[in-house]
This record gives sequence, C-alpha cells and structure tokens, in this order.
Amino acid sequence: MTQIGEAQLLRLLAVALACFMAGALGALVCGRSARFARWVGHVAAILGGLGLLFLSLAGLAGNTFGFFLPRLIPISGVALGLDRLSAFFLLVIAIGALTASVYGLAYTREYEGRHSLAAYGFAFNFFLAAMALVVLARNGLTFLILWEGMSLASYLLVMTENDRRETLRAGWTYLVMTHAGFACLLVGFLVMGHFAGTMDFARWHALTGGWHGPARHAVFVLLGLGFGSKAGVIPLHIWLPQAHPAAPTPVSALMSGVMIKLGIYGLVRLGFDWFGPGPAWWGAAVLIVAAISAVLGVLYALVEHDLKRLLAYHSVENIGIILLGVGAGMLFQTYGLHALAALALVAGLYHTLNHAIFKSLLFMGSGAILQATHTRNMEEMGGLIKRMPQTAVCFLVGSVAIAALPPFNGFISEWLTFQSLLLSFQIPARATNLVFVVAVAALALTSGLAAACFVKAFGITFLALPRSEHAERAHEVTFSMRAAMLLLAISCLGLGVAPFPVLSFLNKTTFDLIGTQADVRFQWTSIAAHGAFATVSPLWIAAALLVLLAAIPIGLRLTGANLRRRTYETWGCGRALQTARFEYTATAFANPFKRVFGLLYRPVKELDIEFHPESRFFMRTIAYRNEARSIFEDALYRPLTRFAQSLGRRARVLQSGNVHVYLLYILIALVVLLLLAR
Amino acid sequence: MLIGILIELAQLLLVALGAPLLVGLIRKLKARLQGRRGARLLQPYLDMRKWLVKEAVVSENTSWIFRFTPYLQASVMLLSALLIPLLTVQTPLGFTGNIIVLMYLFLLATFFLALAGLDAGSAFGGMGSSREMTIAALAEPTVMIAIFAIALRVGSTSLAEIVRRGASESMLLLNPGHLLAFIALFIVTLAETGRLPIDNPSTHLELTMIHEAMILEYSGRHLALVEWASGMKLFLFLSLLANLFFPWGVAMNRNGSLVLLAGVVLALKVGLLAAIIAVLETSMAKLRLFRVPELLSGSFLLALLAVASFFFVR
Amino acid sequence: MTTLWKKILKTPLVLESVAPSANEAPIEVLGRSVRELVADRLGRSLHIRQVDAGSCNGCELEIAALNNPYYDLERFGLHFVASPRHADCLLVTGPVTRNMADPLKRTYEATPDPKLVVAVGDCAKDCGIFAGGYGVLGPVSSVIPVDIVVSGCPPTPRMILLGIFAVLERRF
Repeated sequence: MTQIGEAQLLRLLAVALACFMAGALGALVCGRSARFARWVGHVAAILGGLGLLFLSLAGLAGNTFGFFLPRLIPISGVALGLDRLSAFFLLVIAIGALTASVYGLAYTREYEGRHSLAAYGFAFNFFLAAMALVVLARNGLTFLILWEGMSLASYLLVMTENDRRETLRAGWTYLVMTHAGFACLLVGFLVMGHFAGTMDFARWHALTGGWHGPARHAVFVLLGLGFGSKAGVIPLHIWLPQAHPAAPTPVSALMSGVMIKLGIYGLVRLGFDWFGPGPAWWGAAVLIVAAISAVLGVLYALVEHDLKRLLAYHSVENIGIILLGVGAGMLFQTYGLHALAALALVAGLYHTLNHAIFKSLLFMGSGAILQATHTRNMEEMGGLIKRMPQTAVCFLVGSVAIAALPPFNGFISEWLTFQSLLLSFQIPARATNLVFVVAVAALALTSGLAAACFVKAFGITFLALPRSEHAERAHEVTFSMRAAMLLLAISCLGLGVAPFPVLSFLNKTTFDLIGTQADVRFQWTSIAAHGAFATVSPLWIAAALLVLLAAIPIGLRLTGANLRRRTYETWGCGRALQTARFEYTATAFANPFKRVFGLLYRPVKELDIEFHPESRFFMRTIAYRNEARSIFEDALYRPLTRFAQSLGRRARVLQSGNVHVYLLYILIALVVLLLLAR
Repeated sequence: MLIGILIELAQLLLVALGAPLLVGLIRKLKARLQGRRGARLLQPYLDMRKWLVKEAVVSENTSWIFRFTPYLQASVMLLSALLIPLLTVQTPLGFTGNIIVLMYLFLLATFFLALAGLDAGSAFGGMGSSREMTIAALAEPTVMIAIFAIALRVGSTSLAEIVRRGASESMLLLNPGHLLAFIALFIVTLAETGRLPIDNPSTHLELTMIHEAMILEYSGRHLALVEWASGMKLFLFLSLLANLFFPWGVAMNRNGSLVLLAGVVLALKVGLLAAIIAVLETSMAKLRLFRVPELLSGSFLLALLAVASFFFVR
Repeated sequence: MTTLWKKILKTPLVLESVAPSANEAPIEVLGRSVRELVADRLGRSLHIRQVDAGSCNGCELEIAALNNPYYDLERFGLHFVASPRHADCLLVTGPVTRNMADPLKRTYEATPDPKLVVAVGDCAKDCGIFAGGYGVLGPVSSVIPVDIVVSGCPPTPRMILLGIFAVLERRF
C-alpha cells in the first residue's frame, strides 16, 4: 500500500474545495447566463467530486491527516482529520456528487429561464463541500458549523422550485425538523464538552470511558435524536417524504443517497468512537427504532403513488436496515462479542454504500420519468419500458437491488445483516435475544414488502399500456442523464457480484473502530460469516444463473421445440377494446396491504356516486378515494404544533408594544443574570 | 471433481425430471380421493411435450420482461437444485449459498413472475401479482424465524450442516421447537407453492386465482417453462422440508450406492409429503384471501414459539 | 370431516364407458384436419376452452357433466382451462349471436396454433331452433373454421367425448 504524505492529502482536499468554491462563486458570477452558470456549477462539482474520490480512496488505503487552524473559529478552532471511517463516508459522498453532477448537468437544463441556476449552482457546490467537510471535522464546533452549513445549503436546494405551494411547505417542514435536530446536537455536544472538558473528538473516547451517570445517557439520547432526525428514522422522518419530492432530482438523489447517511455517520461515531461500549439499552433502543423504521417505512411506501415520495419512504426503510446493523453492533459490543460487533457494523456500512448507490439510481430514474412525462403520479404512467428502454433497465436494476435480491448489491448487505442478527444467540441475555428475534422478523417482513413495493413501482410505471397522454408521448432522456444512471446500475451489479474489495476496506474500517477483525472471511469467490455458519458465493451464483439462462434456450432448440411467436392482443375474455383503464392500478395493487395492515393505515374510504337521474342502475360519475393517513402526523406532530401555537398565542401577551414594559423586562433580565452570576 | 459434477448433474436431473412426476402424483392422489380415476401419473410430461410443439402467442402490450421471466423462473429453480443437499451433504456447489440465499432466490423468481403478470396490462394479471406479492411478503417473516429456530439448534444456516447435524443427533429431531418450526415451514410451503387452502391450483375462476392469474397470458414454450418451474419449486420446497427436518437417508459422503439409496429415500419422503398435501387439499376449502394473513400469522407464531422454546427451555 | 372421509373410503370408482355404439347420431369431421404428429401429441394432452357463443346453456350442463367422476375427462388427458392461451381446443356451443361473433373470433385468434374447434350441439351446427332469429348471426362455421361438429340437442357427454376423439383419430 502506497503511503501518501499528509501535505499531499491536504493539497488534494484543498484542490477539491477550491473546485467547489469556484463552482459556487462561478455560478453566482455568471448568473446572467443561465446556461453558463449551469455548466460552471456542474463541471466544477464533477472536478471536486473526483478530488473527493481520490481523497477517499487514499483514506481507505490507510492514509491519514490532521489539520488544525486555531483562530478561524473562536474557542476551539478548526480541526479536520481523515481516518478510514471518514474516508468511507467520503467515498459515499464522492460517488453521489459525481453521478448527481453528471446527471444534473442535463437535468437542470429545463430550469433555464424558470428558476435561478446561479443560486442552484452556488448552493449545490456549497452543499457538497459542506458534506465532505462534515465527515472530516474533528472537533465539536467545527462539526456543528459545517453541519448547519450543510443543512442550510440543502434547504436552499429544496427551495429551487419555489413557485409551488408544495415546495414552500416542504421547505418549511425540513427547516423546522433539521433545526430541531440541530438543537439536540448543540446541547448534546455542549454537555459532552462540559463533562469531557474538551471539544476535541479524538480525546472523547478516552475521557468517556469511566464516565457514568444520567448525563451520559442524556448525551446519548440528545445526539441520537439529532443524528436520527437527519437520518430520518421514525418518528423523525416526516420531512423526508415532503422534501425529497419537492427538491430537484439531483438534489433528491444527493439528500436521500448521501446526506441522510451523515446521520448514520454521526451515530456510528457516537456508538463506536466517542463512547465506548454503552449499556445494553442503547443498542436495544437503536435496534427497535431501526426495526420500526424499516417496517413502517416500507409500509408507507407501499400505499404511496407519488414515485418520489415512495422512494423517500424507502429511504426511511433502508436507514432502518442500516441501523439494524449498527444497533446490533452496539449490542454485541456491550456483551464483549467484538468480532460479531465488527461483522454487524460491516453489514450496516456496506448497506450504507449500497443504499447510496441504488437510491441515487432510483431517484435519477424517477427524475428521468418526471422529465419525460411531467408527472410523479404513478397512476398516470405505464408503458414506459417501450418508450424509455434504457431508463427502464436502469430502474429495474435499482428495483431489484433495493428489494435485496441476488445477484445485486442490496442482497449482499442484507444477507450480512441477517447473519449478524442470527448470530445474536451467542448473547447470554434472554431479553436481548428476544429483541433480536423481533429484529430478524422485522427485517424479513421488510424485505418481502420491499419486493412487493418495487413490483408495484416498476410494474405500474414501466409495464403495460400508458395510462395518460403524457406517458404515451414520453421519450428517452438525454445521454448524460442515462450515463449517470448506467454507471450506478453497473455499480449495483459489480458490488453485488464482487463485494470483496469494498468488504476488505470495511473490515479495516471496523478494525480501526472496534479493534477486532470482523467474524467474516471473504475471498473473490465467497463470503463466510462465523466459520461455516453461513456462506454465500455471489460470483458463482451470478455465473450459474447466467449459464442456466443461456442453456435453457439452447436446450429448447435442441429438443425441437416450436420457437414461433405470434403477437396478438391481451386476453380479456373477448372484449372489444383494450385500453389502459382495464389495467390494474397502483391503488388496486396496494389494496391487499392496506386491508391487512389496516390498523396502521386507518384508511379513509370515500365513495361518491352520482346516479343517472332516470335510473339508479346507471351512473354519471363515480369518485373513489382511499387514502392512508399517517399516524405520526395525526398523533404526534399535529398536537405538537397545536401546543406550540397555543404557547405562542399566550406569549403574545408579553409583546405589548409599550416601550416602558420592554424596559422593565430588560431590568428584570439584568437582575436575574446578576443574581445567577454572583 | 468428476464425481462432484456427476452428483450435481444427478440432483439437477432429479429435480428437473421429478417435478412433473410430483405434480402428476398429487393430481392422481387427489382424483382417487374424489372418486375419479384422474389423469395419468405421467400426464404432466405429456402436457410439457405438447406445449413445446405449440406456438407462443404473446400480447402486443408486453415487453421483454414477459418473455424473459419463464427462462428466469426455470433457471432459478435449477440453480436451487444445485445448492440443496438432496442426495448427499457433500454437494460441490453447496458452499455457494446457505438457506437464506435460497429463500432470496425464490423471492427473485416471484418478483419477476409478478412483473410478468403486470406486463400484459390485463386486470387478471395485475390482481394475481398483487395477491402473490402480498402472500410472499407475509410469508417471509415466518421463513426467517423458522430458519432462526433451526440455526439456533444446529448452530449453522448452511444447508449441508443442518442436514449433517440432524442426521448425527437424532434427539434433535424430537425437540418441540424443531417440530413447531416444521409445521410453520409446512404452512409457508403451501403458501409459496400456491396450494390449498391459500391458492387453488386447479381453479378456473379468474377472480379466485393467485398464481394462475399471473400466468394466464403464457402459452407454448413459455407456459411449459413456467409450469415446469412451479413444479420444481414444489419439489424443492418438499425436499427441503424432508431433508432439513427428517434427514434420514441423505448420504454423508459421495459414495455411489449411498447416493442412490438417498435418491430412493428422498422419493419416498417427498411422496409422503405429497400424499399429505393431497389429503389436505381434499378435505379443505380455499380460504378467503383476507383470511390468509391470519393463517400466515398463525404460522409466524409457531415459528416464534420454536425460537422462544430454545431460549427458555435450554 | 370424518363423515367425508368415511364416504370417500366407501365409495367405489364408477366410470362411464365411452366405447361408441351403433344407435347414436353420427359425428361429422369437417375438412380441416390436424397434422398427424401434432394429433398424436394433442391426443394425449388436450386442453379445452369452452366458449358460449349464445347457447341456451343446455349444452353447458352436458359439458359440465364431463368433469364429474362418471365421465371424468381428465383420465383421457383432457382438461378444461381458464384462458385460450393455454388451450388447444375450443368447445363452442350455441348459435353465434351478433354480440358474440367478435369475442368468438378474438378467442380463436388468442389460441395458439395448432388448435381444434369443436362445435357442440345442433345450434352450433346450424342454429337449431334459433335459426332466423334477429339476434342470430349464423352457425359457428360461419365465423371461425370448425374441425368437428357434434349434433344433438343437447348432445350427451359421451357424444362430446367421442367427437373430440374422432378428430384426434384416437381409439378407445
């Protein structure tokens, strides 16, 4: 392994940041010409993304750097550093940044003249730079400032299409949720800094080892809430299904594929780096929240017919799957099973990378469909596989990968997660064992439901006849959008068939954090978890499938089968006309799930029939609505906002408009402060 | 090396050729129980041969997915035949996948069949896809928890290892958890392979169909492949039940005569399970679609009990 | 449940013979015939789709009887299917009404080749008592090519079986 000096790594980082900065400022300067701003913004982002890619690969190879600038921020100064965990997340960011920029270059063309591409280019580059720096931050204040910068930049990006009501509402929800999370982080970091006596991340691990007491739990909960709200775990998920559809597609791909992963980054740092092994309830809490997020995320996705909202709910689900790995790792660590902890963490981190790839791919596919059909409503799509064949193949690859089916990447990480959960029987505590049983069942249900959901997503969108004129007239999107999708689709297959290289890097990453090799052996041809407990050979399976797929047509030819194919209309019991109205709709597809899980959806059913005035046997119009409601919005957020509003109404009394009263307030505040500071 | 290839080939042929016979056997037994003589035992082979001489009529609305799916179905089932220790625990390709891989391979086949059901744009196909995916999704937790129960006792999720441990420690088979897991997986088998009381394989009414509704559009060689694959799926599930829970007779090495014996014993065990299915199908009516989740959650509870019994009765 | 099983175990197998006898109406095999090889294969596995082109449902009752344990058509390798895509043989009943002419044609087209068409009953043969009715278009052969005609109003299940066998040149 080649060693690269610190100075060179820093130079690489500086170059990448300079690219982003040039892109950001260049887009602002060239704001007059939308076309120019678009090119400057995206090309700079691509170059910066390449820089990040090299930096992350160098980091994964074991190179590190530390960088400290004492004066830039008061109190602690700016501290940056690179280790394998940071490098791994940098890799996720780099892949997302590269593909989203290539895709965005073509996608944002239709914004010219409608939305400000200068602001977009500025925020896009700023967003990428902030995300890259967040994972490199090495002290509390640096981290918080960059984290807030990342949130604000993404808020600006969500607001790009600000001429729609929906976007304004989504932006507001996102802003509130992200700041609620930020407040938790701020308090958590300050309490942590107070007890540890330093804001320096590197020293927290050593200092928190012997720290007990309620404050430690409070810090864990606060930071967990803060990172969880960014990751989008249930019940802090409500901003995802609003913000992701409202944002421009490259931004949805980046937010869903990359940004929410930084919540995972924070949780991994929290559980494995900053704190040593915590009490069992920490891991159990993460595991239970993860199980709930996974199952409810996919269940909400199933009844969602807005393609981008559906994908957003799947992000909630996949964050749940990732956290199943992370939570299991934390529990294993509590019980001293470090090799298994490393295995679970490897599974979680691998799923992080995989989700970044297939979710970006799927969002880009949905963006391509959005451009081709001008709708996100699946009920108006259909037949797109004939009109957009390449997008269809890419979307199919993404669907199979997210449904965790072999031989694609989602399968490998879910398989590893399953093995680590099954190996939990080595933990000698019954209550914990049962938590793991619940987790196994939740993961199994999730994977089945995800497969069902993507049969719906792909089948209704791409197959059969187009359900609207827009879908009828759809055509394939431009080359650079297809190129980005194709790149991601190939990665899905590559990481699914040959997971060896990335897994070996991940193994080293978890070794750095936990100090033990993961309980998994792998070579090019096979992966074996915990000795002979479980083996899989993705390469062999893919090869055997390929051979059999080729052998069967040859066999048919040899046996002299009739190979004639005649095309005729779909069988419809002899009815005269086949139109798209005969097709099964997305609503109908999801209806069995709505009934089976009715307790959860509490569906609202409305049937309005206007009969013909002369006979009730004929009707004029029929309107059917069957919507699922979100328990969380009904039962948690609505009372919360109502409470906040009533509080605000009461507080209004204070603001009388009378200067004398305000002076009195100041006086009281002064007295109180003096008394406190005495 | 050569023996290894021969063994894999034998397993492949056993599943490929045994599947139509199994389907014929269940049909024959059911017919006899209904007081009919019924079709020949070898009728499924004749049906297959017939479909192969017929042309394929394909709907003009369909895409390549529809034509690709039958090949994928058959490939996945043949691949699974290579992974499962049907005759001997020393299958050369046994290492390429454990039981979880196997279940995901089946899910892959179901995924594409459901897509093919939607592809022609007929209401029946979509209905079948929707129902099939509902049942597949609801069966998944039972499968995994039952696997968990097995893995707890055996200490492995490798198929060969489960069979080996089961054969060497016969007391393991009398464990209540083991039997509960068997019943749970048996119910799932009925659901996954589209048997009564979940799905009626011989129904003519489109509105009651699940599996059949998805394949209404297939004809000719495509239909032959799909029917063959669903026969193989049934064969694989039954032999999994037979060999994982009652691993008697499975060869522990690659000795030729033992492997041959294993084939005979497997045929007997699968035949017995087929008879049980025939008896069940004769004495039971199909459940309403929305009662199926209750049955599946019942099987889930059994699997859960199987796991719990390990933790609390050890 | 126990009563059911007692009944199942006690009831002996009773089957109707299908050997042809002299005093039954003849079966007409029309011009078109299936190639020999295919006839051999179809002869041992024939999937049937029944199409009601406007029948009074008398013939349907007889056809339904084919499925019962007495006639048990499955023992001959015959089987009713739910989709013309799966079928090798269309069993058409009734005079073809104006509304059913198009669906009948579509069903015929939807059936993969090689295929047989059997017109069952007098109505299918020559419109029977419905001949000349305002809703009646004509016999089955006026809409799709027919391979065989089984007369009778309605024909017995045995006759229908014999009709199918006649075109397959199968002896029992």
